[in-house]
Amino acid sequence: MNAIPIELIHIVIAIALVAGFVGLNGLVLVWVERKVAGHVQRRPGPYEVGPNGLLQPLADAAKLVGKQLFTPDGSDKLVFWLAPIVSFLPVMPMFLPMPFSPFLTAMEVNVGLVLILAFAGLNILALCLAGWGSNNKYGLLGAGRAVAQGVAYEIPLLLSVLAVCFMTGSLSLTEIVAAQGNWPWQWNWIYQPIAFILYFTCGVAETNRAPFDLPEAESELVAGFHTEYSGMGFGLFFLAEYAEMIVVCGVATALFLGGWKGPGAAGAWWFLLKLYVLLVIMIWFRWTYPRTRFDQLLNLCWKWLLPLSILNLLVTALVIKL
Amino acid sequence: MTRTINPDYIRGDLYTQRFEQGKRENTLILNMGPQHPSTHGVLRVVLEMDGEYIVRAEPVLGYLHRMHEKMAEVKSYVGFMPNMGRVDYLHPLAWNWSYAGAVERLAGIEVPRRAEFLRVIATELNRISSHLLWWGAYLLDLGAFTPIMYAFEDREILMDILQRPTGARLTYSYFRLGGVGADMDERCLRQILDFVPYLRKKLPVYKDLVTDNVILRKRLEGVGDMDVDMCRRYGATGPILRGAGLASDTRLNETYSVYNEIDFDIPSFPETDAMARYMVRIREIEESLKIVEQAVAMIPEGEILIKGAPKPNWKAPAGEAYFATEGARGKVGVWVVSDGGKSPYRIKLRAPGFSNLSLFAEASQGTLLADAVAIMGSIDMVIPEIDR
Repeated sequence: MNAIPIELIHIVIAIALVAGFVGLNGLVLVWVERKVAGHVQRRPGPYEVGPNGLLQPLADAAKLVGKQLFTPDGSDKLVFWLAPIVSFLPVMPMFLPMPFSPFLTAMEVNVGLVLILAFAGLNILALCLAGWGSNNKYGLLGAGRAVAQGVAYEIPLLLSVLAVCFMTGSLSLTEIVAAQGNWPWQWNWIYQPIAFILYFTCGVAETNRAPFDLPEAESELVAGFHTEYSGMGFGLFFLAEYAEMIVVCGVATALFLGGWKGPGAAGAWWFLLKLYVLLVIMIWFRWTYPRTRFDQLLNLCWKWLLPLSILNLLVTALVIKL
Repeated sequence: MTRTINPDYIRGDLYTQRFEQGKRENTLILNMGPQHPSTHGVLRVVLEMDGEYIVRAEPVLGYLHRMHEKMAEVKSYVGFMPNMGRVDYLHPLAWNWSYAGAVERLAGIEVPRRAEFLRVIATELNRISSHLLWWGAYLLDLGAFTPIMYAFEDREILMDILQRPTGARLTYSYFRLGGVGADMDERCLRQILDFVPYLRKKLPVYKDLVTDNVILRKRLEGVGDMDVDMCRRYGATGPILRGAGLASDTRLNETYSVYNEIDFDIPSFPETDAMARYMVRIREIEESLKIVEQAVAMIPEGEILIKGAPKPNWKAPAGEAYFATEGARGKVGVWVVSDGGKSPYRIKLRAPGFSNLSLFAEASQGTLLADAVAIMGSIDMVIPEIDR
């Protein structure tokens, strides 16, 4: 019997752990979102299922799993059911290079950042497939918006990330964190404030969260690209969106907020704390702001974010060279 | 195995087929509604879309038609009053008033002075609650989920107040032919006086958080021009006309009841866009608070219903009469024709929402889909009132 390569075992275990982490975090994040939304809206939020509604996400998940999977007439079956899977699967590898702590990184990759950004790009394909396959005009419009928005915002996102990579001279998230100090003023957000703001704005747009939630703008497109999805088809899109929020905020934590480092004992708790602070800010956006219009969204990207990020990159390069 | 799809399903119904006849090349016919989150009930709009842009739009009505006008012809004069609470469920008291006023004008009934003040107070409070709900729902259309919760919180207090004299929370039938149904006691008037400063304190918070928000302003400014000329052509009234810069208000133009004794302004904004209509409604909440405050201070003692008020078997004198009031959405007119019988010969309800909606098709041409939603919301439609 041939020995199974140790690397393969490593990856399988890592992916299993990541799947658990994504699932658990999805549940926690749903609860956090609904609680924050509740308190922003002067109501208690979920309260009945479990203590303080803690088991509400589980009940919701059970409901979603139990629902009938419905394929609309005239839809492209293969594309229709491929879309939620294409949306969710790339999430797993995105967590592999995430540096929770020096000892808690699923897979040490020296181009971790590239890996994450590459898989993040796949999400747009999923939304496109979903809108195209469901034979629904609202879905189609939503998919069109998703593609235009996703492609546009990916560029300033990449450029703002590049500025940080220039400073550290590495594409490995672990090394970027290691290059930052223990105290908040030694983190990259002090050296790269513009890149941080740009990255976070683009991240909100990339994950299709309000005020940039145009692909699923419910008051215009009913539910946009996932209008026709029910049960776990919708559930997977939902889970993928939350997982991507975690990825975006996790990368922001590693790049700009010093990752696992912090005053006192460094460790994964610092990473999780910063991650959740960013996530709550993201949730707060959603429950405060109205939605932008499509042309305004693209104008913001092409006329402001893109030139700003290029300028930021050039200045960074110049300063490093000096 | 191939499944056959019913060809009717693809072809669409009569409205879609007719609308499709003028279709351009490379456009998409989109049915918005009757089941759509931002058409507020069961309005249906057929759109011809060129990408995200709207080439043509056509509202399709009638999904909530309940034959109120026909119903009047078989009901007694008194028995028709509850229908008026159900035409426009957000501002039912304006309809109450228009109907009661028309019949009173027809029969020459004088309403006691205290009843006039009670009518003013109740109607203005109802106007505030209508505008608050519009505000919340409009922000929901624009993608902000939170304001509606705040609007409902304030509206809840108003409904509690109005529940005491009217006995209902939504479909009020408070007015009677020749007065009102019940008096407002000391406690009720005190609650109203407490509510006025409460809402005055809340409005600046809403201004800071919502009205001055840059995203909201960008969404509303310069969107959906409806100028005075357009309003005249379609007969638009209310906040739409005032948002076009014409300070026209039935309460002062064709003054009725005791409005001419009360000091209040007619807010109007000349910008003609959705933001102007938004601002008109926000300012109207303040003006209504002013009216309520004065009316409570001026209210005299006395009867609330005339002696010998019409009973169900009451016969109106033959003739016809028209009476209009200012509802939250515009001029609410009721025209009553009597042949001297127990029930009206004919009743015509002039719903402001119907005229206001007819501006939508023209105003939405060439706009983005998101703008169309913003324009539709700024019209402040109540579908049961449009369909009647």
